[in-house]
Amino acid sequence: MNDTFDLRISESHIEVHKFHGGTILLCVIFALVLQAFLPVYIPKASVLDLPLLITIYFGLSRRNPSTGLLLGTFIGLLQDSLSKTPIGLFGIAKTVIGYLASSIGARLDTEHPLARFALTAAFFALHQGIVVLVQKLLLAQPQPWFTTRLLEACIVNAILGVFLYHFLDRLRKS
Amino acid sequence: MLQVLMLAVQIKRDSQGRLIRVWTVSAVSPVERSGAWGIGKVRDAWRHYFALSDTARQNEELIRENGQLKLEIMQLQSKSAEADRLASLLNFKQKQAKVPMVLARVIGSSADANSAVVYLDQGLHEGIRKNMGVITPEGVVGKVIESYGDTSQVLLLTDRDSGVSAMIADSRIHGQVGGMGEPLLDMKHVGADEEVKIGDRVVTSGMDRIFPKDLPVGTISQVKPGTAFKQLRVRPSANIERLEEVIVLLTTDPLTLKQEAPAAGNAAVTPPSSAQPISGLTNTKPAEKHP
Repeated sequence: MNDTFDLRISESHIEVHKFHGGTILLCVIFALVLQAFLPVYIPKASVLDLPLLITIYFGLSRRNPSTGLLLGTFIGLLQDSLSKTPIGLFGIAKTVIGYLASSIGARLDTEHPLARFALTAAFFALHQGIVVLVQKLLLAQPQPWFTTRLLEACIVNAILGVFLYHFLDRLRKS
Repeated sequence: MLQVLMLAVQIKRDSQGRLIRVWTVSAVSPVERSGAWGIGKVRDAWRHYFALSDTARQNEELIRENGQLKLEIMQLQSKSAEADRLASLLNFKQKQAKVPMVLARVIGSSADANSAVVYLDQGLHEGIRKNMGVITPEGVVGKVIESYGDTSQVLLLTDRDSGVSAMIADSRIHGQVGGMGEPLLDMKHVGADEEVKIGDRVVTSGMDRIFPKDLPVGTISQVKPGTAFKQLRVRPSANIERLEEVIVLLTTDPLTLKQEAPAAGNAAVTPPSSAQPISGLTNTKPAEKHP
């Protein structure tokens, strides 16, 4: 694994990572269950957005915008159905994130931890922005654009993302 | 595009995509239930066999007893205050009716970090319906917003969309207590000229027809002047951030604290799935029969 932050112009140099059958589905289910389960025992864990981290990781790894978009939609809709939000709110946000992550993954090498940290933080902020925008425009539910809790959550998720992605790298087909 | 249309349909029809939610919750809740069961077993084993077996057990007993006593004190205080205020107006010889309730375990929380929602391990099969009140012996927790076969979804008091009709216990000043997405609650509609001080107890007013009157909601923790209304922050009585077991009031009929009640009941020790009457609460309508 290349440990340098390698920005490459040619897409042909970017490796598309494959995973064993069922890995993505299992990771998605595990992330959703943990997301719904952890805060009961560790209240601080509610700042995590594991489904988002999974969307970003597999988007960046698979590097196929169609797959990323569909994966984002699937994860977002599942998250919606486990929340009190209207079905589609997180679906829309994660569809966009899945598409963008896989598009960026197809252009940049995103293996370096710093790159992963920055991308996860940026995607988290964008995801939150889309959620708030949809809530304001479509649902007429005013929500704050920025809170300190959100900043904390952004940093915590970005740090966790770096470690989680490193672990998920081991699930790739060699 | 499809999701935007779905959102529009849900808002237009006031529908919440129940079918998709039922599928997902049905798929996920057994895993959560198993997890909760597993963690409970491991924790029990640790507490009872590896770490101070007797002390842990005694501690549990004392916490339970403490909860019962708090509930009893609350009911006695309420009875006394209400008797003073309304003795000449009310007939305290109301026939005692039993209010069914059920103890439920918290098995999961919302997959959305922005909302304060938990899942319980009891649902339609135990008679839990939408808009039923959820409490602990310490105070109000929230209300049921969705009920499935063996699971129900509870909107906690700390959620931004949550609200309960409340009043200051001593002065009887009415207001609306709601969540702000953080541990403290917000009390609205209390006039700027009203006298409220830090430490005042806030209790339910019963006006929302979900919670009985005089259940503890919290205590005033911040008071700031405002132009028309005071800005009040309330610290919840119930430990909403660390809920493990809650009581669901199995009725959506208006409730009121009854006047002549036996000692506080065994609310905190009632095993799950057995609906028991909560002592001190009477139902103003005949008890609803849930299939």
